[in-house]
Amino acid sequence: MPSPLIAPITDVLRDFGKPRINRAPSPILAVSLPWLLVMVGSLSPTWPIISSAPLVPPFGFLLLIAWQQLRPGLFPIWAGLPLGLFDDLYSGQPFGSAVMLWSLTMLALEFLEVRFPWRGVVLNWLSAGGIITVYLVLALMVANAGGGSAAISVLVPQILLSILAYPIAARLVGAIDRFRLIPIITV
Amino acid sequence: MVSAPGNRRPGYSRRAQYGTFFGYLIALGGAGIGAALLFVTTNDTAAFAGLRAVAADGVAPVSQAAAAGRTESQSLLAVIGGYFTRGSRVAQLEKEVAEGRVKLAEQAALKEENARLRATLGLTQGDLKPVAVARLLGSTSSSTRRFATLGAGARQGVQPGMVVRSPLGVVGRVLEVGSSSSKVLLITDNESSIPVRRAEDGVQAYATGRGDGTLQIKLAVSGLNPFKKGDAIVTSGSGGLFRPGEAVAVVVSLTVDGAIARPLSDPGMTEFVVVEPVYDEVLSAEANKLQAGI
Repeated sequence: MPSPLIAPITDVLRDFGKPRINRAPSPILAVSLPWLLVMVGSLSPTWPIISSAPLVPPFGFLLLIAWQQLRPGLFPIWAGLPLGLFDDLYSGQPFGSAVMLWSLTMLALEFLEVRFPWRGVVLNWLSAGGIITVYLVLALMVANAGGGSAAISVLVPQILLSILAYPIAARLVGAIDRFRLIPIITV
Repeated sequence: MVSAPGNRRPGYSRRAQYGTFFGYLIALGGAGIGAALLFVTTNDTAAFAGLRAVAADGVAPVSQAAAAGRTESQSLLAVIGGYFTRGSRVAQLEKEVAEGRVKLAEQAALKEENARLRATLGLTQGDLKPVAVARLLGSTSSSTRRFATLGAGARQGVQPGMVVRSPLGVVGRVLEVGSSSSKVLLITDNESSIPVRRAEDGVQAYATGRGDGTLQIKLAVSGLNPFKKGDAIVTSGSGGLFRPGEAVAVVVSLTVDGAIARPLSDPGMTEFVVVEPVYDEVLSAEANKLQAGI
């Protein structure tokens, strides 16, 4: 049962992929959408939200975790390198910060996946919250090493917002995941 | 509980085994590359400026369109908070408007008097001709470093070091310039430090960003802390980067050796900002002109 929030979207989509026999998902959509979605999330500094304090969750990072938890193995294990490089172009962090931290995140998520193959919502949210917190603190330390000197207390609102925003990111990833696998190509 | 996905072990295929192994190797290498890039950037902060400028230019047209849709206040929390505090805010604002009208009348009288005094002294209002008027396209809203992207670049004549201000006060200064967009160091960034003075008596101080949207005001000469809540802080003009007397912030709380102030120009509230040339260069240009005239 789709939630009322996304029901109007799925109504439109239901007719979109209607004939299902003889059809397969478009490989282009299926492969490219996850990458594109994370990159769009990385572009969040160019969205028209301007704040004088760091408040907005790192959307690219949230989406990366969400994809990795929904479909482990969809991204190659080295995906943190190219995606982090793209994120660094826009994030304002010292260049290389996301390349390093996202690569390490992919390894950590892979470890979690091997250790806990059966996960529920709670475990997913809990582990994502932990990873986000560690990520934001490390990103602050990296930014400070690169010339900043912000106190760690600055991060508290952003960490809380990010943890609260994670289920929304996961929900979005779920919706896009359904979309990319709609069979539209005749075989 | 979501079922675990299928077995992802490569099995006996040597090729698949190597694939997995090299995947891990590249992932670890990625972390190493990131650390190396960080090392380079820490030593030379402008190392990848060109790359970032090209990237910012690439999305500038899209951001321009998005920024046009942004109305007066789109700071994230303001939007959420607005729903909860509307009633009390309206009442408070109405009261403030009434007080503001009185103040405005007083201001008008003062302005008139000021103009008269200036005329007596033979001073002209040194107005800087703006280099460009542009939108702030976005800011690094998830990093602790505070940069904003400006919708004007080298093509509009923007150069690094130029001052960006809104009608309410100083916003920051230009750090890196692309061809049609540029990166602005906001005054709330903790790398930013601007020479300021208290408006009423000219106590000299420095305003450094704290990274959380406020400024730390540090006295230039240590001594008794003269600040009180509500003091207006303006640029002092020393150093030659900023024009003297531009509004910066208002003191909200005191610390042992200074104060904490809230900037007047919330970049999220300003739609258009003005880029001004470096004050010192304008002054020396004018001085040159005068000398040439003599």
